[in-house]
Amino acid sequence: MRITVDTGRCVGAGQCVLTAPDLFDQDDDGLVTVLDPTAGVSAGAAREAAALCPSGAISVAAD
Amino acid sequence: MSTGAEAPTPAPQCPVAFPLRQPGRPFPPPEYAQYRAGPGPVRTELPSGTVWLVTRHEDVRAVLTDPRISADPSRPGFPKASRTGGAPSQYEVPGWFVAMDPPEHGRFRKTLIPEFTVRKVRELRPAIQQIVDERIDAMLAAGTSADLVESFALPVPSLVISSLLGVPRADRDFFEDRTRVLVRLSSTDEERDKATQALLRYLGRLIQIKQRRPGDDLISRLIAAGTLSRQELSGVSMLLLIAGHETTANNIGLGVVQLLANPQWIGDDRIVEELLRYYSVADLVAFRVAVEDVEVGGRLIRAGEGIVPLLAAANHDDTVFAAPREFDPERSARSHVAFGYGVHQCLGQNLVRVEMEIAYRTLFARMPSLALAVPVEELSLKYDGVLFGLHELPVTWK
Repeated sequence: MRITVDTGRCVGAGQCVLTAPDLFDQDDDGLVTVLDPTAGVSAGAAREAAALCPSGAISVAAD
Repeated sequence: MSTGAEAPTPAPQCPVAFPLRQPGRPFPPPEYAQYRAGPGPVRTELPSGTVWLVTRHEDVRAVLTDPRISADPSRPGFPKASRTGGAPSQYEVPGWFVAMDPPEHGRFRKTLIPEFTVRKVRELRPAIQQIVDERIDAMLAAGTSADLVESFALPVPSLVISSLLGVPRADRDFFEDRTRVLVRLSSTDEERDKATQALLRYLGRLIQIKQRRPGDDLISRLIAAGTLSRQELSGVSMLLLIAGHETTANNIGLGVVQLLANPQWIGDDRIVEELLRYYSVADLVAFRVAVEDVEVGGRLIRAGEGIVPLLAAANHDDTVFAAPREFDPERSARSHVAFGYGVHQCLGQNLVRVEMEIAYRTLFARMPSLALAVPVEELSLKYDGVLFGLHELPVTWK
């Protein structure tokens, strides 16, 4: 699983942090950052976060 | 946007009536289901002209993320819900960034994002809990009955947002009254103007005071950041103040009625997301206009035609939410569009979630005998508002 985020698109809604807090966080500007991508998080949670993101800032690709 | 569609079908000959939210009728209106099942967006008339009602979850999301579709009410053809048909004057306020498109919108949104992160909202929990507890203390001290809207549902979010912004709590009546005028569909343009100018004058004075004596609050931090002009600061503050209390108040009130009818869910935090979906109080908030010809759900919408994505219709789309009229906190409701979608999705959504959660949990824990004082069908609902909710909520307790 490969997760990429686009802070240029991020609108700081925080949906990803609510959905997968082990995987996503908001930096000091409130924009999305990926925490340890090897953390024990299911691909399902990452995909759900990507689907809920209102601005399409998260992409999840299979390895 | 379903890209696989063939030639868009022509609009129906007979425009449908709108708004469909009317006394004595269920909400969401049964027509929403009918429109979702139809061939695509439905053409109707508002005082401002022709608009397209968009009801499917997929189409609503598509409209709210399409760069060819604008949120700017100054563009010709933008839908206007007020009966007078005049431009809602609050949209002409500098810094009213919900009415801006990218890239202008981003300048305001980016300045505010750090104030509403999941972490920032978590840090506000003790302050929110204290506000909730104080309101319940006051109700318990005052007797065994109250209007829960006036005593709890409205003051809680109102005090939370004023404390966050640094607006004196003593001025609550002033800004709540003006907000009521702005969200009432039947208000005249003159009434709206007066309310807007009063709020802007008030916030302008407050900003002047904070420029001299900054506090530990959002407005003072925006002043210190120096990225917004003073006029923009007043507009942004007004927007946050209004959006921060009226919507949440409606959600809290409706949620209490739902939980009194279904007490098995009391204490279960999953109610929050399902309540947001179920009532979709901001059904009529996300108006748009096409800037270019655009296809939505198999229909061609021409440049300059208005678009009304009905958020409650999307949130009751049975292809996404099975048995949508059932209140079921166990369903996965997170993909609702109660906060909108796209770059304008509600900035304060995580604050709303926490306020609702703390409000319900504390209210029912501290007032376990809470009951409606009138039959549920006698409750006064906001059929006349931009936002759905309760005018009053008479309750009793022992």
